[in-house]
Amino acid sequence: MSEENADAIIRMFHVHKRYGSKSALKDFSLDIYKNEYLFVTGRSGAGKTTLLKLLYLGEPVTEGQVLVDGMNLSRIARNRIPHLRRKFGIIFQDYKLIPTKTIFENVALVLEAAGRKPSMIAKKVKSVLRMVGMEDRMNAFPQSLSGGEQQRVAVARAAAGDPKIILADEPTGSLDEESAEVIMSFLDTFHSRGATIVIATHDKELLARGHARIIQLRDGQLWSTEPA
Amino acid sequence: MQRFYRRAIKDILENRFLTAITVITIALSILIAAAFALFFVNAGDMLNFWQKGIRMMVYLKTDATEAERLDTKFRLQGLEGVQEAVYISKEEALARLKAQMAHHSALLENLKENPLPDAFEITLKPSTRNSEELGFLAERVQALPGVTEVEYGQQWIQRFTQVINLFSLAGSGIGALFFMATLFIVANTIRLVLYSRRDEIEIMRLVGATDRFIKIPFYLEGMIQGGAGTIIGLLLLYAGYLALALHFAPGMAGGMIQLRFFSVGVCLAVVLGGTLIGWLGCWVSLKQFMK
Repeated sequence: MSEENADAIIRMFHVHKRYGSKSALKDFSLDIYKNEYLFVTGRSGAGKTTLLKLLYLGEPVTEGQVLVDGMNLSRIARNRIPHLRRKFGIIFQDYKLIPTKTIFENVALVLEAAGRKPSMIAKKVKSVLRMVGMEDRMNAFPQSLSGGEQQRVAVARAAAGDPKIILADEPTGSLDEESAEVIMSFLDTFHSRGATIVIATHDKELLARGHARIIQLRDGQLWSTEPA
Repeated sequence: MQRFYRRAIKDILENRFLTAITVITIALSILIAAAFALFFVNAGDMLNFWQKGIRMMVYLKTDATEAERLDTKFRLQGLEGVQEAVYISKEEALARLKAQMAHHSALLENLKENPLPDAFEITLKPSTRNSEELGFLAERVQALPGVTEVEYGQQWIQRFTQVINLFSLAGSGIGALFFMATLFIVANTIRLVLYSRRDEIEIMRLVGATDRFIKIPFYLEGMIQGGAGTIIGLLLLYAGYLALALHFAPGMAGGMIQLRFFSVGVCLAVVLGGTLIGWLGCWVSLKQFMK
């Protein structure tokens, strides 16, 4: 850990992640910089999702160190994990919206969890839903929306807490080309506002968009890096 | 806090079926446990009523003088546990016996002399109305100089005391059993709710919700369910009590004993207890679920 990099918001040092006898990540090191746009690619099982999970402590590392915005995840107290997760806005391929809550409530949850005032929550939720074009559907339930619309809500939820980092795991994996482009344009907007964007994908069209660093994983190891 | 209440109420309404099952289960458990408790309360009243009737008869020597009789009375009244000592002369005792045996009065008319001794009838203080204290008092009375015999229905008192003890023990045992059963049922129904909402809980965690933020509405739900179930259980019991009281109360001990329901204070304590069981059941489930 002798390397110093003031611009790195995420640092991973010799990280190993094992599930039983199977290694998902092997001796993996990576710096992700503030306001960087990063694609993590590789075949299924290469370790992309695991890499993202390690960042928000969806899984603990088996070995090595992960630093996120100055927090050492190996030493983080259990009650600090929610604070770590509020640094992230996370977008999943399967949206992970709560079916019993309205669109408004799903997005508001992030701010409620952070202890924001109700008046501020209402204002902010409407603002992010307006941004993704879902304000008029805020009283609807997720089941009544199309996949593209649900992912827009997921993007709004990820953005609601003004996170420093947005993690997206195959965000366009279940979407048609047009919806995928809309989602990516939202992510571009967040990037332009200063957020660090990390996207795990194997979608070649996304990778071809340019302006992003691309790292490729193979069998849990860093295989190649393609600068922005 | 208002936000948590709103979430709890909303969750209850969204999970009406599971909530209804939980509330009904708690209501039935409380109904059964409280019915036992009410039975014990009224049985206890009855036993107290009977206990008040316990007397100790102290028979004096046939040749006891007036001075000895007064001395015995004085000593009896000085004994701990004695509330009152009433003198019953042998003439008065015979008159009472004749009154009690009105249909066989001929047997008593032929007596050449009164065979009954002079006696004292002792009324006891409440603290002495148990087998052990009575035995101890009887020994002290028996040791008095003018006394020939002490009679207080030893065997009956012993059985009576055993019944009281058995009632108390059974009451405590059944209470504990129902407490455990209710707790177990509440914990399991809340665990079902938690399992049905595990995805939601996982999502809440992913967006940065603290354990406290996730748990508080569940605790409130548990407490609301516990309180509501207890109130329903008590209302059902009260309805049953009213029906029983109307039919049976007038005939009990010639109307001397009144059936009674729990006081308002006890009812509030039971509701508070049910609420706490709801909280505790939730705590048990959450402790296992949120590891």
